[in-house]
Amino acid sequence: MALLQIAEPGESAAPHQHKLAVGIDLGTTNSLVATVRSGLSVVISDDLGRPLLPSVVHYLADGQVDVGFDALVKQALDPRNVIASVKRFMGRGIKDIAHRESLPYDFEDAPGMVRLRTAAGVKSPVEVSADILRTLRLRAEAALGGPLVGAVITVPAYFDDAQRQATKDAAKLAGLSVLRLLNEPTAAAIAYGLENAAEGVYAVYDLGGGTFDISILKLSKGVFEVLSTGGDSALGGDDFDQRIFCWILETAKLKPLSIEDSRLLLTRAREAKEYLTPHGTAPITARLSSGEVVDLELTTEIFSEISKTLVAKTISPVRKALRDAGLSVADVKGVVMVGGATRMPQIQRAVGEFFGQEPLNNLDPDKVVALGAATQANLLAGNRAAGDDWLLLDVIPLSLGLETMGGLVEKIIVRNSTIPIARAQEFTTFRDGQSALAVHVVQGERELVSDCRSLARFELRGIPPMVAGAARIRVSFQVDADGLLAVSAREMTSGVEASIVVKPSYGLSDDEIANMLTDSLAHTKDDAQRRALKEAQVEAQRLIEAVASALKSDGDLLSAEQLARIEAEIAKLQTTALGDNRRHITLAMDDLEAQTKDFAARRMNKSIQHAFAGMSVDELESSVDSAQSLGETA
Amino acid sequence: MDFNADHFTLFGLPRSFRIDASTLDRRYREIAAQVHPDKYVQAGDAERRLSLQWATRVNEAYQTLKASLSRAQYLLQLAGHDVGAENNTAMPTEFLMEQMEWREAVAEARAAREQGELEQLHHRVKQRMNDRYEQLAELLDDQQDYPVAADRVRRLMFLEKLLFDIDDAMAALEA
Repeated sequence: MALLQIAEPGESAAPHQHKLAVGIDLGTTNSLVATVRSGLSVVISDDLGRPLLPSVVHYLADGQVDVGFDALVKQALDPRNVIASVKRFMGRGIKDIAHRESLPYDFEDAPGMVRLRTAAGVKSPVEVSADILRTLRLRAEAALGGPLVGAVITVPAYFDDAQRQATKDAAKLAGLSVLRLLNEPTAAAIAYGLENAAEGVYAVYDLGGGTFDISILKLSKGVFEVLSTGGDSALGGDDFDQRIFCWILETAKLKPLSIEDSRLLLTRAREAKEYLTPHGTAPITARLSSGEVVDLELTTEIFSEISKTLVAKTISPVRKALRDAGLSVADVKGVVMVGGATRMPQIQRAVGEFFGQEPLNNLDPDKVVALGAATQANLLAGNRAAGDDWLLLDVIPLSLGLETMGGLVEKIIVRNSTIPIARAQEFTTFRDGQSALAVHVVQGERELVSDCRSLARFELRGIPPMVAGAARIRVSFQVDADGLLAVSAREMTSGVEASIVVKPSYGLSDDEIANMLTDSLAHTKDDAQRRALKEAQVEAQRLIEAVASALKSDGDLLSAEQLARIEAEIAKLQTTALGDNRRHITLAMDDLEAQTKDFAARRMNKSIQHAFAGMSVDELESSVDSAQSLGETA
Repeated sequence: MDFNADHFTLFGLPRSFRIDASTLDRRYREIAAQVHPDKYVQAGDAERRLSLQWATRVNEAYQTLKASLSRAQYLLQLAGHDVGAENNTAMPTEFLMEQMEWREAVAEARAAREQGELEQLHHRVKQRMNDRYEQLAELLDDQQDYPVAADRVRRLMFLEKLLFDIDDAMAALEA
């Protein structure tokens, strides 16, 4: 077949060549990048062999940006410009940020998401996260020897739409193509499940630096099914540090501190927390800028006592998640512990007591999420053979709804629905002749709009004059496999329509992202034009390969004429992609897409028919019979 | 396969209230594995869009058939008997009285922070619902008595809401 000749000549990628894909755990405290090498998932370390990258970014006045350990060491010296735990600010307004007064940052209130004033200018949390992600991308590209086809980025399962969208924006800004946003506990379950060939119901208890997730999953051969998830996206190891910090202030009877001293004591608090786990007691000493010396000893007993309420705060979402899954403690076969904060003995004890079994600690709690993400990235990039893959069914963590009269929430999609999911609901007008309808999209479980998170507002205009209650306005929600929402509204009698990808009201618009991208590329002295061209060429190659492999397996679905037309478009794109005109490449891709639209539909149909191939004729017939008999009696 | 086929046809199942849950699970997974967006990450836009639509369709069908209440509502809808929950709220007084008693019991237990009492209530409501669903199976599958079935479905909607509120009260006490 002529098609095979298209993919093979020259140095261009053959269809089954290994594609470079990574999994990234963008953590509150540390971040990691991992990949699959010779069938094994491995973390990619830096030049000095360090696997973890502290999620800390230092902005200097001359525009220089340091990420990781270099930034970490400057934390006490330049606290205002060294940004740590930025994940807690993602998709958050200034009012959402806990302990704001004890943080050394210069916050700026901005619509939707808070900004930080630094020596290098005002930074959005998205930009700070992008600096971390860019460092990991460069590390991976250097280690793997080429540009990445894409990355799976993990997010806390309990992240809402705003936080997810912010994470995806950060990845885009860092020059990463996002294969999928993957929930952290799900990533851990993949790593654990594949390594241990686990089957049955498992709980993943994931306490990170700034977020807490609990997911209940059903693992069976070839399927990872999330039954329910719960958590608290503002609860993590940082809060335990904070408790120790407060204990130091009280015990040493300290006066209000400078931001440098606060930062120093927070660091000491964190060190003490980590030291305590293996040692049982931890000395805390620090010399403050006033010359005053702090010299205390923290014991496990004191720490357990001062953090008791935090530990309890993690158990109540666990109960709720079990109930949502319709299960009890006895149904859970194992509890996988994830996140550095699960090393704390009081956490281990509380989880063990609740589930009535020893938690599973045989995976490195710092690395398991990145390893699982890399495995999924490898699958999504198409590096595994059919039959050697698995199906991942995840859920949306929080209900999505609309504001109705009186500030009440009408839920459209309920929490723990398997994604992708879509739902529509009809509304009507309230006044005679009403020509516009305000649509306010919210996320959360509470009944009042004011208790939920506002995601977006938009208006459906141009409704023809009708009496109150006559218009039929259908509002549709679609949540994709990344857990991201798109909303559209349509007046059914007139066909007036409005839609929105839920985003601009809290986050960054596409234009803002594009500007930042240009700025950052110019800043890093990368050639923006060249990079964009390179990306278009990679995209074109990806499309050609996708179509070629589709033709190879399902070419028989097409007539000779259709086949010839598609081949002609492939050849055109192939030639165009060798040139240096990005616009022409994009246009040629559009042409090929258009030419294969019908083919795609046929292939999808064939796939579904294939799923039925395993059914016996009897089963098929009986289903047809009963459907008919029901139809007759009705 | 026709995108607009009914949910039972989609999974190759007989159109009935009594359902073989394990067969439904298996068929769902088989079809989901074929259409899930994870399979089409590297595909062109058209295929990605189709995959999203199909996966959404299959998830919706599965959710509808999996839960007893939505399955019953769906069967009635297919048979042309709308449950009419919004326009048909007139319920017998005795049923409403009973509902009020349940609700008072929940409110009292919640106010007194009686977790154990709430669990008791949960089990009693659950038991009641299981009995009602068995009756519903007879009405729908054996007698094809849709008007009465629609009435029973409306009652079950009250009970499902009650159960939801009991669970909510338990969650509130734990928090």
